[in-house]
Amino acid sequence: MCLAVPARIVELEGDRAIVDAMGNRWKAKTTLLPDAKLGDVVLVHAGFAIALVDEEEARKTWELFAEIEDFEKTSNKVSG
Amino acid sequence: MLDRIAKAQHTIEEACERLGRQITIMEVCGTHTVSIFRSGIRSTLPERLKLLSGPGCPVCVTDQGYIDTVLELADRDDCIIATYGDMIRVPGSDGSLEARASGGNVKVVLSSEDALQLARDNPGKTVVFIAVGFETTAPASAVAVREAAHERITNLCILSGHKLVLPAMRALLDGMNDRVDGFLCPGHVSTIIGWGAFAEIVNDYHRPCVVAGFEPVQIIEGLAEICRELAAGKPELKSVYGAVVTERGNTAAQQIVAECFEPVDGYWRGLGKIGKSTLALRERYSQFDAFRRFGLEDRPGKENRGCRCGEVLCGLIEPVECPLFGTQCTIDKPVGPCMVSSEGTCAAWFKYGRRK
Amino acid sequence: MATNPQRILLAHGGGGRLSSQLIREHILPQFTNDTLSELTDAAHLRLPSSDICFTTDSYVVKPLFFRGGDIGKLAVCGTVNDLAVSGARPLALSLALIIEEGFELEFLDRILHSASETAQRNHVTVVTGDTKTVEHGSADGIFINTAGIGVRLPDVNLGLDKVEIGDRILLSGTIGDHGMTIVSQREGIGFESPLESDCAGLAELTIALFETVPGIRFMRDPTRGGLAATLNEIVEGSRRSVEINERAVRVRPAVQAAADVLGFDVLNAANEGKFVAVVSPDAARQCLEICRGHPLGREADIIGEIVQTRDVPLVEMTTKIGGRRIVQMPYGRELPRIC
Repeated sequence: MCLAVPARIVELEGDRAIVDAMGNRWKAKTTLLPDAKLGDVVLVHAGFAIALVDEEEARKTWELFAEIEDFEKTSNKVSG
Repeated sequence: MLDRIAKAQHTIEEACERLGRQITIMEVCGTHTVSIFRSGIRSTLPERLKLLSGPGCPVCVTDQGYIDTVLELADRDDCIIATYGDMIRVPGSDGSLEARASGGNVKVVLSSEDALQLARDNPGKTVVFIAVGFETTAPASAVAVREAAHERITNLCILSGHKLVLPAMRALLDGMNDRVDGFLCPGHVSTIIGWGAFAEIVNDYHRPCVVAGFEPVQIIEGLAEICRELAAGKPELKSVYGAVVTERGNTAAQQIVAECFEPVDGYWRGLGKIGKSTLALRERYSQFDAFRRFGLEDRPGKENRGCRCGEVLCGLIEPVECPLFGTQCTIDKPVGPCMVSSEGTCAAWFKYGRRK
Repeated sequence: MATNPQRILLAHGGGGRLSSQLIREHILPQFTNDTLSELTDAAHLRLPSSDICFTTDSYVVKPLFFRGGDIGKLAVCGTVNDLAVSGARPLALSLALIIEEGFELEFLDRILHSASETAQRNHVTVVTGDTKTVEHGSADGIFINTAGIGVRLPDVNLGLDKVEIGDRILLSGTIGDHGMTIVSQREGIGFESPLESDCAGLAELTIALFETVPGIRFMRDPTRGGLAATLNEIVEGSRRSVEINERAVRVRPAVQAAADVLGFDVLNAANEGKFVAVVSPDAARQCLEICRGHPLGREADIIGEIVQTRDVPLVEMTTKIGGRRIVQMPYGRELPRIC
């Protein structure tokens, strides 16, 4: 019932992670997902990863997620 | 995505035709209400399908008594109030946290970890974390309590206002509003409690329950499934949010919550007292319980005059039926939490719908 | 006492020796021009026309330095843009600084350099200014005010009363870049991000439009309150209604993702290098071509039009899924949303 977004774990040390969503990176904790690994996509809420994201399902669920491959190929620089 | 939406819309229309009567579906979760409005889903649904907002906005269902307790603590010199942003503008009987924020002792945090850090950084003050939220958010509070215990931090406490969804759904169906034909169940609460948790609603009340996420496609597909089941006369329990929701949910999170909290009777705006519906810190963590530390009681309060948030929360009236809506009660000068909270039903109507 | 302090002292605003030193050693070298160097109480300007536009804005942005710019660049672009969207050619600016005691001179130099560079790039001259200092704690580092003068271009006839049903609404590019960059960088949120403010001076593009295409009814830059505020202002001022198409409003994926994480609505997020224009249907195509031919307008699009009011003048949006919803005037301050 709350704001939660899918993001990929790009750094992980103990239960302290850095997660990435479309290039935006911030800190999150994996205390609630002890099996989370580097590279996993997780649902992040209030600074915690609360669920593992099935990437296949994710592409069908989140429009932005479906665009993720396009995004990673093209530049994100502001023009001009 | 668009063809999936068209297909789901077709399913909904067909089902409504077949049933030949009004269908009422309640979305329990405030985030669903907002998403439904923002994506314009309402305008695409047939007349016969009525969407009702339920008691799904944690700030909104928080009783006035709790709000006033928060404000009392904010007035103390020895406290720093750490709160999620949503609580800041909720009007108590005497102003809001926002009005007190200039004193410098009210801090908006994005995570319970921030509250913990505040406690570490301010040894001379007591940090009171305003722990509001449903099952999605309770685990974060539990982790903070456990870590504080581990580090022997003595100046952090939690004012727990965490609420549980299922008892509220039952209370609704048992009394306040039994006109609901089916439920769109909260996607993120379900990541914690599992979609299987809603089985009791299907079994005991024979209402279809479908767990959905918050993207428009998710919501429309969820609604379509409910309509399909209603038309078939077979209420079922389903989830369309397979990306993150499993049947059992997040057992690690459930365990951490169970370790720190226990369900007790609690007051809900609009629904009154509901048994075993609120989380209170267990005895072993009592030193982190703000209620105990400050000798406070979780008591019901009186709603602001004329405020009908309670009825809105039960789906008994729509915001436009409240005489204060859009006139005395607006986003700029809210009378009740439903207008203030970013997930409040009245706020959603005000921001995204036609006013009257 | 050090004769070359590294930080601002109160005396730097006192009008005496240190003030002079600050002006001569830090401010004048950045803005070399005859008018400013005279250091008279008022700048004497000879303008090509008496049809002038005059505007002012104060800048209190926090953080002072952000990806894509800083308060200095913003202070110049913001005022240049107010003139630009009013159909004027910006010519001259005043630059007033209110600096907190203790502010590092190195930061001041960077900000002034940025302002100067931006002014040059936008063909405006800083002709006069002022510097004041306040006690530590009375300002957030530095506040800047700029006032700008521009000459109205010929045949420009702007006004919300000129807006007609059927007019198109043009948006010059992506929204939310500045607002989400600022919010994500602000202390305490701890983001690292590829977001960048879109802070830029629009005059070159707007002048090209005004000089080439008749039929531009109104223009505004959607700063505070974002696109939602500007569209509602159009509705309020014209008493017409607006319909826009969500699919036509472009948002960078990283900006949308940041908004999702932080609980913001990109429609309400500030933009500092974009404009919204209401143009006649005949002018729309040509306006788009001109925009797309310019670096600052490559992603311009027609996002909607002015429509007949049904009951109450409103901004209504057709959403990505084909539904409809209202876009209201945003509340003054959006907070991080959590639950």
